[in-house]
Amino acid sequence: MSAVPGETLPVAARPASAFGPRQRAILLDPVLLNNPIGVQVLGICSALAVTTSVAKALVMSAGVILVTMLSNLAVSLVRNHTPSSIRIIVQLSIIATLVIVFDQVLKATLYELSLELSVFVGLIITNCIVLGRAEGFAMSNPPWESALDGLGNGLGYSVVLVLVGILRELLGAGKVLGFTILPQVKDGGWYEPNGLMLLAPSALFIIGLLVWALRTWKPQLQEKS
Amino acid sequence: MAETQTRDVNSVRYTVVFATVVCVVCAALIAVAAVLTKPGQVANALLYKEKNVLLAAGLVEPGSKVTTAQVEAIFKQQVQARLVDLATGELLPEGGADARRYNQRGARDDPATSRVAPVNSAGVRRLPNQGIVYVIKKGEAVDQIVIAIEGLGMWGTIYGFMALAPDGNTIRGLTYYDQRETPGLGGEIANPTWQALWRGRKAFDAQWNIGIQVIKGQAGPPETDPMHVDGLSGSTVTSKAITQLVRFWLGDQGYGKFLKKFREGAPA
Repeated sequence: MSAVPGETLPVAARPASAFGPRQRAILLDPVLLNNPIGVQVLGICSALAVTTSVAKALVMSAGVILVTMLSNLAVSLVRNHTPSSIRIIVQLSIIATLVIVFDQVLKATLYELSLELSVFVGLIITNCIVLGRAEGFAMSNPPWESALDGLGNGLGYSVVLVLVGILRELLGAGKVLGFTILPQVKDGGWYEPNGLMLLAPSALFIIGLLVWALRTWKPQLQEKS
Repeated sequence: MAETQTRDVNSVRYTVVFATVVCVVCAALIAVAAVLTKPGQVANALLYKEKNVLLAAGLVEPGSKVTTAQVEAIFKQQVQARLVDLATGELLPEGGADARRYNQRGARDDPATSRVAPVNSAGVRRLPNQGIVYVIKKGEAVDQIVIAIEGLGMWGTIYGFMALAPDGNTIRGLTYYDQRETPGLGGEIANPTWQALWRGRKAFDAQWNIGIQVIKGQAGPPETDPMHVDGLSGSTVTSKAITQLVRFWLGDQGYGKFLKKFREGAPA
């Protein structure tokens, strides 16, 4: 990882403040300027797989937000008691537990959506963002800030996921969240859907364009070659 | 670490104790979640299964939201669950066990209600003595029947339903409601677009030999190429498994005897 969070953040002037500039930066930086997908290019695998529709992207986002936030919190709470030789496996156990619980709840509430998401909910366990934040941030920061960092990174992931989901569902099926925006030719409208948008490669193109747009807008994100 | 350590957290003994505590706490959390969500999951699975019966029969649209109440209403109006003695092909009299709640998977695994299946290429190891049939009526006449099919796919058992017209030959629809095939490849058997390709095709040829088959590449339209279905690219194993399992359940070991009686006009 190029940008180590915490290095560039303002030092807490008054430790008593629960939501000062430092906390705000921890929460908001990963949403845009240090976006896990757009800037660090992590978590691409699931971003390709679950963005064919906005509903899928939203559920997946909810899962990742909850898991990153709670795993960061839990990892941070036990960070001073965790033997360093088994810290990664401890982090993974915590993450896996949260993911399994989320999957069970999903099956009990949104059954058909959970079938569509199939393995990708389980694969949140291996999402590099989650483990990356646990090891890179929560192991060396207090619980409250770790939870904020997890929330921020989850939100950053979600922003990209939902954006890609909107584009793919709109161009691939003429709909957003199941509501018809561009009436399809087969339903008597004028829009001929782009089948490529429903396939995984289209997400790669869209994310590539997003990364390009982000780096053009904020040139400081470009690596010096 | 910022805080003072009271114990040596890196000692072997502490590491083992810590690992054990983490495991126990995580396991307890998962167990609690599993127990609490079980009733909801079971109800959802049953609803989804019955929705798939209606999907196979074309009574609900793929992708539509269907509530328990809607499924109940359609079942009450048009659908009747019946049990068939697979060995003889006889429909069991109505009013016995509640056929709709018949657990075919459970029956298959219970030695008292099943037998070892003859050697077959569908990966079916045990056969239940009774199989479920959903008889769907339009007015008074039988419009179609739906049979349960299953077989071994690439990663696990595939469960589905197949709807047949009163001629016992024309396929009205096919769905898979429980499968573990590779998402994006074999998993496409759950895709309504692919399932729609089965509609209108024939299960048997003119001599009543089973002819339906998933082929490599593209099949023609049902009118000219009635016994072939497009293969799924990248999933040879799954495509073959589908052919085998569909053929098995249409055959004499499966619903074949019942289907023969049915097409010859036995009252359903």
